[in-house]
Amino acid sequence: MADQLEMLEETDKSLSRRKFIKGVIAGGAATYSAGYLFRTGTVRAQSGAAGSVERLITLNVNGQERRVDVMKQETLATTLRYKLGLTGTKMGCDRAECGSCTVLLDGTTHYSCSVLTHSVRGRAVTTIEGLADADGTLHPVQQAVVDGAGFQCAFCAPGFIMSMVAMVDANQSPTRAEAAQALSGNLCRCCDYNKILDCAMSAADYTRGV
Amino acid sequence: MAVIRDTMAEFDLFQPASIDDALALKRRYGKTSWALAGGLDSLDWFKDRIKRPEVVIDLSAVESMRGIRETDDADGVEIGAMTTLTEVAEHAGILSRFGLLADAASKVATPQIRNQGTIGGNVTQDTRCWYYRGGWPCYRAGGNICYADTPTAINREHALFESNRCVAVNPSDTAPALVALDAKFVIMGGGGEKVVDAEDYFITPAKDITRMTILEPGELLTSIRIPGTWAGARFYFEKVRDRQAWDFPLVNIASAMKVSGNTIEDIRLVVNAVGPRPLRLTDVERQLKGQSVTEEVGQAAGELALLGARPLQHNAYKIPLMRNLVKRAIRGTGARA
Ligand SMILES: Cc1cc2nc3c(=O)[nH]c(=O)nc-3n(C[C@H](O)[C@H](O)[C@H](O)COP(=O)(O)OP(=O)(O)OC[C@H]3O[C@@H](n4cnc5c(N)ncnc54)[C@H](O)[C@@H]3O)c2cc1C
Ligand code: SF4
Ligand code: FES
Ligand code: FES
Repeated sequence: MADQLEMLEETDKSLSRRKFIKGVIAGGAATYSAGYLFRTGTVRAQSGAAGSVERLITLNVNGQERRVDVMKQETLATTLRYKLGLTGTKMGCDRAECGSCTVLLDGTTHYSCSVLTHSVRGRAVTTIEGLADADGTLHPVQQAVVDGAGFQCAFCAPGFIMSMVAMVDANQSPTRAEAAQALSGNLCRCCDYNKILDCAMSAADYTRGV
Repeated sequence: MAVIRDTMAEFDLFQPASIDDALALKRRYGKTSWALAGGLDSLDWFKDRIKRPEVVIDLSAVESMRGIRETDDADGVEIGAMTTLTEVAEHAGILSRFGLLADAASKVATPQIRNQGTIGGNVTQDTRCWYYRGGWPCYRAGGNICYADTPTAINREHALFESNRCVAVNPSDTAPALVALDAKFVIMGGGGEKVVDAEDYFITPAKDITRMTILEPGELLTSIRIPGTWAGARFYFEKVRDRQAWDFPLVNIASAMKVSGNTIEDIRLVVNAVGPRPLRLTDVERQLKGQSVTEEVGQAAGELALLGARPLQHNAYKIPLMRNLVKRAIRGTGARA
């Protein structure tokens, strides 16, 4: 009991430290993006043409409505990490070639580095931060990954976990080959794919409640 | 290639809700504009700052360009250009009648790319020649040299056929399947709607070295219609690639065959990633009609298919590869594999 309390305190402290850092980053991004706002360059000003786009938009992220100022050429990974402070989504290649930026859009996996933020208005965005319950109970997939110690450095973990979540939503009893297929858009450079697949299989077990 | 830069260069963005609005924007901005579908080809160009459109027209809000519907033509389907590759690969009607296309779509890249990439974008995508994509001022980029066809060039992925100054290949997996199925591509532009055979959508550098398709700057591909002609035929799709995920085809093959008894009544045979457009093997098809499905016929077809192939320094391996794929497409791999 005493041990547990201590752990809780630990978590609390580290959480608030992380929140603090996120606050700083978000503040920095606001000033940074203001620089873009007024640097119009060669782009022509357009008023009222059909389909013209406003920069201040509302996104649905992890079940919350978030108002955010988004550049027209901004990718979802950038918005999530540098505007909304959701740094759980990682950026590896920025070229749709590694999977570390995987998020869910309306429940299916997408590389957030290769989607314009403006094109996901009206869609439900889910990131790794949106998986656990409000009381901190982990998503069964997260629990399976923790129990199986699935990752080494874990840089790739958020992306893999999002792919596992989409997998168990679509198919709660995958074969190992189907799980490999479901995770085939994610790379791990520490490379214990067998262990990751073990976790994917137990994630399916946990989801079925066995 | 994967150099991370801060952001893409600035552009103006439009998200029209209808084809008419999208076409009006294309007309207004012409060559300075860029149609955006899934963005998986487009955003790479923008991030590397090699293509710098002033105006991007995002088609993701055009509902009428999405989805798969049955057509009046018995057994046919019409696929909106903005339909994702995942939807194409999983659609019940396509799986049951045109499994060739479902198979090809399911072998593109990765699940995430198929969830985002569209069928229209997949057939319209630019070549992957890395000199060109790396920003080298080659023929295709408007210059007057091909960097992939010099004595020291790295050209393992490049062409065997139909080269003309440029030796780049069409990298699409769905394109050869659509040509094999005799699909019709619906194009909308200033002059209204026009419908072309899949085969004629793709062009060679002899026609225009800066483009891969007949699409003019003011036009959009709005849908793809597959007639019932080849529904339920004997299909074969095979893609050879370095890794079983992500990688583009080194060579792929798509065939549709009507067989009665053991005799080939009709066949369409298409190979991609060996030339600037999906290569329909019309001569081989003609020779095959009336032949029986045997190892020997497959072998002979493979030999015939390679007539005229002109390898570069590093891509001669594609010759036996393609020969064997043609053979396998004809005799199948099931029982004999
Ligand atoms: C890492 C990686 C691996 C890949 N591997 C494969 C593979 O193995 N096999 C394969 O076949 N493909 C592969 N692709 C390509 C991918 O599947 C996409 O299909 C392709 O990039 C384009 O589709 P998109 O919807 O993303 O279109 P975009 O990138 O948005 O568009 C591509 C081009 O087509 C034009 N365009 C798109 N739609 C229309 C339209 N309706 N009318 C007019 N013009 C249009 C755009 O202007 C642009 O020039 C890969 C891509 C990546 C990034
Ligand atoms: S093959 Fe074509 S695209 Fe590649 S360098 Fe040569 S001209 Fe350019
Ligand atoms: S960062 Fe998006 S796929 Fe690598
Ligand atoms: S655990 Fe290190 S990249 Fe996957």
